[in-house]
Amino acid sequence: MMEEVKGASSFLSVQVHNIKVTEVLQDGDSLTFIIVSQKMSGTGEFHVDRTYEDFEWLQQHLFSQEDVPGIQGVIFPPLPARLQVNASSKTLRHLGFLGLGEWQPYCKALETFLRQVAAHSILSKNRAVEIFLTSSDPPGRQKVKKNIFNRLSQAVEEMRKEGHKDVDDFFQTKRDHNFLLTGYTKMAAEKFLDVVLTEQKIAVACGHFSTALHLCMEQGENPEKQDFSQVCVKLSEVFNSIKKSMTSTAMNDMNTLGLGLDLETRYQEAEKEMLFRRTCKLVELQNATKNAEKAKPVKKAVMEEAKKATETEFRQICEVAKKEIIQLESKHVETLQQALVQWCEKQLLTAKESAEVYSQHLQTFKRMQ
Amino acid sequence: MADSIRDPPAENTDFQELEDGEDLLLESAAARESEPASLPAVDISTKTNGPKQDSLFDEDTEDLFAEATEEVSLDSPERDVLLSEGPSPAITPITPPISVITPRIGHAHDDMFTHSSFDEIEEEEGGDSFDIHISVSDPEKVGDGMNAYMAYKVTTKTSMSLFRQKDFSVKRRFSDFLGLHSKLASKYLHIGYIVPPAPEKSIVGMTKVKVGKEDQSSNEFVEKRRSALERYLMRTVKHPILLKDPDVLQFLESSELPRAVNTQALSSAGILRMVNKAADAVNKMTIKMNESDAWFEEKQQHFENLDAQLRKLHASVESLVCHRKELSVNTAQFAKSAAMLGNSEDHTALSRALSQLAEVEEKIDQLHQDQANADFYLFSELLGDYVRLITAVKGVFDQRMKTWQKWQDSQMLLQKKREAEAKLQFANKPDKLQQTKDEIKELEGKVQQGERDFEQISKTIRKEVSRFERERVKDFKMIIVKYLESLVQTQQQLIKYWEAFLPEAKAIS
Repeated sequence: MMEEVKGASSFLSVQVHNIKVTEVLQDGDSLTFIIVSQKMSGTGEFHVDRTYEDFEWLQQHLFSQEDVPGIQGVIFPPLPARLQVNASSKTLRHLGFLGLGEWQPYCKALETFLRQVAAHSILSKNRAVEIFLTSSDPPGRQKVKKNIFNRLSQAVEEMRKEGHKDVDDFFQTKRDHNFLLTGYTKMAAEKFLDVVLTEQKIAVACGHFSTALHLCMEQGENPEKQDFSQVCVKLSEVFNSIKKSMTSTAMNDMNTLGLGLDLETRYQEAEKEMLFRRTCKLVELQNATKNAEKAKPVKKAVMEEAKKATETEFRQICEVAKKEIIQLESKHVETLQQALVQWCEKQLLTAKESAEVYSQHLQTFKRMQ
Repeated sequence: MADSIRDPPAENTDFQELEDGEDLLLESAAARESEPASLPAVDISTKTNGPKQDSLFDEDTEDLFAEATEEVSLDSPERDVLLSEGPSPAITPITPPISVITPRIGHAHDDMFTHSSFDEIEEEEGGDSFDIHISVSDPEKVGDGMNAYMAYKVTTKTSMSLFRQKDFSVKRRFSDFLGLHSKLASKYLHIGYIVPPAPEKSIVGMTKVKVGKEDQSSNEFVEKRRSALERYLMRTVKHPILLKDPDVLQFLESSELPRAVNTQALSSAGILRMVNKAADAVNKMTIKMNESDAWFEEKQQHFENLDAQLRKLHASVESLVCHRKELSVNTAQFAKSAAMLGNSEDHTALSRALSQLAEVEEKIDQLHQDQANADFYLFSELLGDYVRLITAVKGVFDQRMKTWQKWQDSQMLLQKKREAEAKLQFANKPDKLQQTKDEIKELEGKVQQGERDFEQISKTIRKEVSRFERERVKDFKMIIVKYLESLVQTQQQLIKYWEAFLPEAKAIS
């Protein structure tokens, strides 16, 4: 994420800040995303269609750039998990906010991913990005060889390294802080998701009540019956309004703060992974140093070489990592601020609209008396 | 909130045979009079607390069968009031005689029978305008341990000349309310008046409170009960006839009330009522009342429909209340997690904004709770009240059928006696003949009375139904206006909160 350059990335022929995932097409169980980006040169657009596998292809290419110095220090923009079509609510739950709505939050998350990748000064250099965004043919769908970046499912031995004491105060602090923040952000996102889901349940319940009221209309000419029917109809309208208001509130929650918290959670996981890679390299370096010291004169030169190489790698990783962390921190403030401001503005608007509608209903009922 | 736990019927130690015409309630009323009137002297000090009063009370401790009552669901047979008389349960199905007398509606008779006096009372209603407001407040634990119970303050404010004072209050306990209802029911139900049902007994609520739980749920229970008692009294006094009933006046005015023990009878005679209900159900199936008045047929159907609809609505609102409470819980949890996030945040402005977020969410949580209460106390309880009221209405229609049945029975008997008389003419048994002639005279009187009763109850029901429909509209409109006002207020609060938060969010960087 170094030097997020708006619009002009010299390695890509598209503008970065307005890459859009405009729609998603469903064919049976598979989903295809339409990605539209503006050409750098003059007018014109690139329209490409990509599946989730294509996104994974891109990610794999980014991960496997072993010859790029310090690549392990990069905080990789997090790709959302796969979206299952016709999934049960349980499987959708792991997607959190991205599983809600009619795939719009999910598309938005994919969009953000692409923009972050395209804006990254190191990552955008990779040919795969250009191909992904501009090639009308689907990018190669062969599996790229596995590498250290693949979902760092930490085996038991690896887990030990996570707690390994650091040699650098800056990084130790960052690691500790990241650990805390990741937990809290994840929890906040989960709790907020619970809120949104309950709001949706209320909207549904109001809808049911509204319908049930409508069925209470009574046939009959006598004035009391007509009066009561009218009351039922009007009340039905009231609850319909309540339903709309709740639905709107839930949507606002989803599209602003929900997405923001979701992105934050995934980015903090990404930072955690980067820090872990660095820690692993640190352990490797410390082992190499020990080996070099202990080595018998015969092996000593070789060990020294190995140690030097690891030292260089480690140094490069730290350089990149430091920049990435600082960048992430300012991004993090920006993301949350934007989310909070948008959320507040939208909710304020919805509240004003709802207040107006309810007032009107109240006037209607008062007149009826 | 609505657990329906159906216990198997308890032992029927208080089962009493229902003899024809005997009033179970009158019996217990007689028994009651011999007891010393006792409402323990209660200190109505200013320290009475509201619903947040610490718990421990036991309604009807003398009511040994209190535990035996089931949580009364809307469907419970206990909801049927113990009615005074009626044909004995072992009635045999009768097909109406060929010469069925069609009811002549609106034909007033001169003879003195109590019902017509009610008509007069209603006519002279115009004198005193209806101005009375009753509130039930200050639930207060009285006594200790096993004998403790909850006393409520019943305050009446009125300008009507019917009352001795303009502003007065008394202390009453739950069984007093039940006692009032059973007295009114025994007097008025069988002549066609829709007597508002009393609030439910609640084994669940009582148990929680007995255990001594001083928590939100037992506070809610007390508040729910207080509100229900208030609504019950207001509905009762809104009825022009019931308002003037001496039992009602005594309930509202007199500082000491004879302890109502018939509530014990009510609960332990749950068996009795279930038996009666079963018998009635059999009766209903076999009474083919020759309904010559389409109005009644239509109305009966109408109330069946209304009953079903209201139950559906009630279930719908209960679900809504449930979700709102869930939203409140979730909002509170989110507020906590936002606070923790804010605390661990390095960036000062962001940290402050997140803490503000936590505060806003806490305030919104309170709004959700208020809204849930509005949903519940306004709609859910209103609908519940009306479901119970409809049961009372249906009961009144049943009474009309019973009255008709009684009339027909007399009719049949008269017929038989006349046939017997005819036979005896030729049998030369002057004693028997005279006896039969006497019996015939008596029966003729009964038949006439039966017809009058039937006409009267039909007339009363028409009026009552009309009143019910008017009141229903008023009731619903009033509740809806209250609800909308609460909605508007909530939204305006929400607007204030968001407007206060926005600058905080913008000030982050």
